[in-house]
Amino acid sequence: MTRYENALNPLRDPRDKRLPRVAGPCALVLFGVTGDLARKKLLPAIYDLANRGLLPPGFAVVGFARRDWEHQDFRQLAHDAVKEHARTPFREEVWNQLCEGMHFVPGTFDDDVAFETLATTVRELDEKRGTGGNYAFYLSIPPKFFQDVVKQLQRSGLSQPSDDAWRRVVIEKPFGHDLASARELNNVLHEVFPEESIFRIDHYLGKETVQNILALRFANTLYEPIWNRSYVDHVQITMAEDIGIGGRAGYFDGIGAARDVIQNHLLQLLALTAMEEPVAFDSESVRAEKAKILSAVRLPDDLDAYTVRGQYTAGWQGGIKVRGFREEEGIAPGSRTDTYAAMRLDIDTRRWAGVPFYLRTGKRLARRATEVALMFQRAPHLPFTETDTEELGQNALVIRVQPDEGVTLRFGSKVPGTSMEVRDVNMDFDYGESFTESSPEAYERLLLDVLIGDPPLFPRQEEVELSWRILDPVEEYWDKYGEPAEYSSGSWGPKVADEMMARDGRAWRRL
Amino acid sequence: MIIDLANTSTRKIQDALTATRHRLGGPATGKVLTLIVVTDEAAQYDAIRAATETAREHPCRVLGVIVRGREQESRFDAEVRVGETGPGETVLLRMYGQLADHADSVVRPLLVPDTPVVTWWPGEPPARPGDEELGAIAQRRVTDAANGADPLGSLKRLAAGYLPGDTDFAWARITPWRSLLAAALDQRAEEVTSVGIEAEPGNPSAALLGGWLSVRLGVPSQVSPSTGPGITAVRLSNTVGEIAVTRPDGRVATLSRTGQPDRQVALHRRSTAELLAEELRRLDPDEVYHDAVQRFAKGLESAGAQPGGSGPGEPVS
Repeated sequence: MTRYENALNPLRDPRDKRLPRVAGPCALVLFGVTGDLARKKLLPAIYDLANRGLLPPGFAVVGFARRDWEHQDFRQLAHDAVKEHARTPFREEVWNQLCEGMHFVPGTFDDDVAFETLATTVRELDEKRGTGGNYAFYLSIPPKFFQDVVKQLQRSGLSQPSDDAWRRVVIEKPFGHDLASARELNNVLHEVFPEESIFRIDHYLGKETVQNILALRFANTLYEPIWNRSYVDHVQITMAEDIGIGGRAGYFDGIGAARDVIQNHLLQLLALTAMEEPVAFDSESVRAEKAKILSAVRLPDDLDAYTVRGQYTAGWQGGIKVRGFREEEGIAPGSRTDTYAAMRLDIDTRRWAGVPFYLRTGKRLARRATEVALMFQRAPHLPFTETDTEELGQNALVIRVQPDEGVTLRFGSKVPGTSMEVRDVNMDFDYGESFTESSPEAYERLLLDVLIGDPPLFPRQEEVELSWRILDPVEEYWDKYGEPAEYSSGSWGPKVADEMMARDGRAWRRL
Repeated sequence: MIIDLANTSTRKIQDALTATRHRLGGPATGKVLTLIVVTDEAAQYDAIRAATETAREHPCRVLGVIVRGREQESRFDAEVRVGETGPGETVLLRMYGQLADHADSVVRPLLVPDTPVVTWWPGEPPARPGDEELGAIAQRRVTDAANGADPLGSLKRLAAGYLPGDTDFAWARITPWRSLLAAALDQRAEEVTSVGIEAEPGNPSAALLGGWLSVRLGVPSQVSPSTGPGITAVRLSNTVGEIAVTRPDGRVATLSRTGQPDRQVALHRRSTAELLAEELRRLDPDEVYHDAVQRFAKGLESAGAQPGGSGPGEPVS
């Protein structure tokens, strides 16, 4: 009796590019199924994966929440969520298959009996649907409950895999609120799960445009030669949101925009933009380069001049009258939490010495936009008269992450006519235009990677700690000195942020 | 916007395309390839519809080539459609007279510069797609053996005339099957000793699936007839039992393994637009298809050589 070795499936052939990566038999246990994330992103993403044929036959989803529900109620919730938010068309037979594998276990996180029931349920699924004893636990719950859940998983025996089965645990940001708490959180998880089975989701890394940064840089000859201090003047990384804090007051107050966005999304974008070429495109090599660049990031000496925080005040945003941050429900009237944060960072490497990276993020800004913009130096000499080039700005390469994903190259062009006049124009690459209109949602990609066990798109603990190391001194400084600057809703942030750029002789891009 | 150009020239078509682009204010870029559809008047509507639907995923210039009366004076009419049904541009070219044999002279100036060209024959496949004028200018040639009068015969001819870049819809149709079977063997499995496939008689997809499994697993495969639709079962036998995927209704498949619970998964038959979209996703030669179709053709030959080799089943290896 001969067996195929694990890695030597005869039906897999590297030349066979039609065959997609498909997850093996497994069950997904979802904590916090009634939350926004589960309804708007996770359940629809699971359906979309099933519809694309990327989930294994017999795949099962087990919901766990504090609701007095039957399986039927969970299925109804999932059905509505899929109908409303799924990307791919609704197909009855796909839904029926998925629906049969959906189970619900009611209970609280301190309820031993509920976890016993959960353990029995997944074991039954192994019997009935053939999920093979492989479980992924998705903790879509506030981090303060992680400890309880992880302990319960251990106590009920759910966290210990049997022979050649796997356990994976998926967590969402925030990964702590400073270095100390990030380590603490990590210790909690590590008590039960080894590092390689912890998947930290930063949904930005699942986005096509973000993955394309590496393709753009390392698959082309065009960009890498100018991707350094000889040509780049500075880099602006922006994530602007038009919404306020909405229902997230409880989470957001005391955390602020810098911890919420800069620590993870913007520093990850910075790492991908600034890192050296990895020796191979595998998870170890990419993560190693990211860690190297994050460890070379230096904060400005004068934190007062080169960091800015702000709070939105009442005003008009996109034609709607909106409240100021301190008037939002659940926010203390004297709250000093930042809803806008901007800072200058420098990178101490040969490639980037003297090239500042400006990061900014804010809520209730004029428009929703996330982008990385490389601003190039002006031409050393212009053979035109000054009036000819009055309207010529800096060349720029902009990676638009969302919305309207794509790449823009800005350069000067002659205005048609008899006089020599040079003006900035844009050359555009638009994802929607050159590739599928319906590129997979970030969560589809990330969920599939979890189920397959493919880690490159998930930040590891080292990166999380390095990011906190960058941000912690800023937060401490803000805590001790000064107040957030005010900016009116619907604007592009506080005046001091513009002054910070002006001090360096630069200006923010108007998005 | 639809512009009809009777008895026209390629220059006039190019002018029309540029003019509409200016009028709509759209950019000149964004077309990733040119898709040539070789069809006839009866089938053109469905084919062009599928092509424009596919253009949503792969924005392209679709050139529909329709041959009309050969006995007439040589001339051609064009119908330019821009911004009507989706992204990309569609030009329907109706060729008359001798020009029908020189369609490439019309098509060549209309190709999008410096991007791949794909030619698709939705109807009866040509014997040697790479030798056709409209096939030779393409990187990728897509046929559909199932739409021929004699599907298995077509497939055999396609195998003989294969050039790198050829593929067939019969192959694209079984990607979900292949994906499911490959995933089944991702799990620990005993070595497969024989392969059995059940399908509608004369189904070219079943023949290719058999060819592929034979090549990859190094064991013979047998296709036996069923009432369909399409392929209804694949059974991989080993010394301790079997791994079977059955799909009696064309919608839901059941994966059964000896000693394990049955598992079900949706496995629907895909539309033409979906198949075309898959074909356009990769534009390099499909070597795995080549292996499979070659093995199928070899199987036919050896079966023909053996006396009594043509039993009720169709041996593919």
